[in-house]
Amino acid sequence: MGEALIEVRDLEKVFHVRRRAGRWRRTREEVRAVDGISFTVDRGSMVGYIGPNGAGKSTTIKMLTGILTPSGGRLRVAGIDPARERTRLARRIGVVFGQRTTLWWDLPLRDSYALVRRLYRVEEARFRANMERCVELLDLAELLPVPVRQLSLGQRMRGDIAAALLHDPEVLYLDEPTIGLDVISKAKVRTFLRDLNKELGTTVLLTTHDLSDIEQLCSRVMVIDHGRLMYDGGLAGLREIGDGERTLVVDLERELPPIEVPGARTVRVEGPRQWLAFPASASAAPLVAAVAAGHPVADLSLREPDIEDVIARMYVRGAAGAPEVV
Amino acid sequence: MGEAVRAYMLTAGMWMRSTMTYRLSFALTFFGNIVLTSLDFVAILIMFAHVEALGGFSVAEVGLLYGTTSFSLSVAHVLTGELHEVGSRIRDGSLDVMFVRPVPVLVQLAADRFALRRLGRAAQGLAVLGWSLPQLDVDWTPWRVALLVTMLLSGAAIFMAIYVLGAVFQFYAQDAAEVQNSFTYGGSTLLQYPPTIFGRELVQGVTFVVPLAFVNWIPTMRLLGRDDPLGLPGFVDFLSPAVAAALLLVAGLAWRAALGTYRSTGS
Repeated sequence: MGEALIEVRDLEKVFHVRRRAGRWRRTREEVRAVDGISFTVDRGSMVGYIGPNGAGKSTTIKMLTGILTPSGGRLRVAGIDPARERTRLARRIGVVFGQRTTLWWDLPLRDSYALVRRLYRVEEARFRANMERCVELLDLAELLPVPVRQLSLGQRMRGDIAAALLHDPEVLYLDEPTIGLDVISKAKVRTFLRDLNKELGTTVLLTTHDLSDIEQLCSRVMVIDHGRLMYDGGLAGLREIGDGERTLVVDLERELPPIEVPGARTVRVEGPRQWLAFPASASAAPLVAAVAAGHPVADLSLREPDIEDVIARMYVRGAAGAPEVV
Repeated sequence: MGEAVRAYMLTAGMWMRSTMTYRLSFALTFFGNIVLTSLDFVAILIMFAHVEALGGFSVAEVGLLYGTTSFSLSVAHVLTGELHEVGSRIRDGSLDVMFVRPVPVLVQLAADRFALRRLGRAAQGLAVLGWSLPQLDVDWTPWRVALLVTMLLSGAAIFMAIYVLGAVFQFYAQDAAEVQNSFTYGGSTLLQYPPTIFGRELVQGVTFVVPLAFVNWIPTMRLLGRDDPLGLPGFVDFLSPAVAAALLLVAGLAWRAALGTYRSTGS
């Protein structure tokens, strides 16, 4: 679709780990954290990057931001080689680490922002406009005089996101942006990111454990495991691959025996509530009609397949020697 | 370079303003620093109450050695002392953050938590110098004054390079902050005393291996009109700025190499 902002070709990161083997001997072991990954990310897109712990997600992000030097392959972000021109790249990207703050721990939020402004040489007018936007949408007004160390996790995360955006980065990387946040904070962060992408066209690449982040934000997902890209495509495609099933949750007016309708099977019954599973590719409309025609229905809701299941299934298939997805 | 200095000043300025909001606390730690480090020199004075000279050096001459190394170390400590923390920053992952800002990592790290109160030791060093200089039998020609000033500045630069090298070492051995201490604080303690009281091998080590002798020992011998203990050619007495520059260059290159091998932490 658009112009490629991030280009990754055969990217590798190999760590050498020394292990004790016996009293004096030490063996050198090679750990391929990222093992030949290729992808491009177009300007203005919003991409989720997921995988289990230790899959190589953070290592990839760290190479994209210039923190780690790749062991092999080619890497360009906005035409810049991150490892060689780190400071030039830094002016054009924003980074948010879920696990640690990019703000100055002992300084009030306001002072942190002032320092960011001067380090990045952000013009006064642009700074003021960006601040206004972030303060309003991220609800920061009351937090500005508070030292960062006194902020709650959710507040700190919002503060961090604002700090990463004051210099109008072309791409925003978020490493586990919703980790440890409560439901309300999560919702705030997600809404903000969605608007940011829509209104300012900022490219967003996020890693997460929380698959609902991806469901709500990203049209494209990359799945990584053991340093390799297992899947790269739309969310819907990922569901198909995992043979996903959707679930119709039916609340009946009273307790009844399991509903029997064609094209679905009842997987669970709990008092008047029943769960009906049907293929993700099938339409829910005829099923709803069939259920409503034969039963006293009080309420209905549709549940999309859980991506976590899908990915787990994908891993099982991968391990069983099935053809690789990519 | 200009960009780096600017970023350093911005960050340091921010920290100064933030510490200055607690003026009393600043004053207490600043003067506390002076008092504490002064006890150091009191110990030397007590020693001289029992002996006339130490390794052939009078109390004023030892004061010169003490004041110069104390001042140089303190200036280096104010400007780059925070580099000492790099090991714990590698461990807790906060070093990562410095890579994503448009400023050299070394500058950010050095300027972080910039604390003027550390100058307390420099003030004490200057006070000791002020006490000992008038007692010395030295004809203060402009050349000798220039030698003294370049000695103080080169000494600070040498200690800064050692702070950087210590930080580099912590990339490879993350719990090794104490190694750095042994060269900075340990080195400075060594330099407070005349080289004549130490073994020849030690003096050679701090001349040729870790060139601490250029902080004050070698130029001071010229100031006091003494022979240097290793009998090196006369021009060596003026080499401190060159040694400092070379050491800074080595430290800079080593730092760059260390950043290239940085492995970050798990998450």
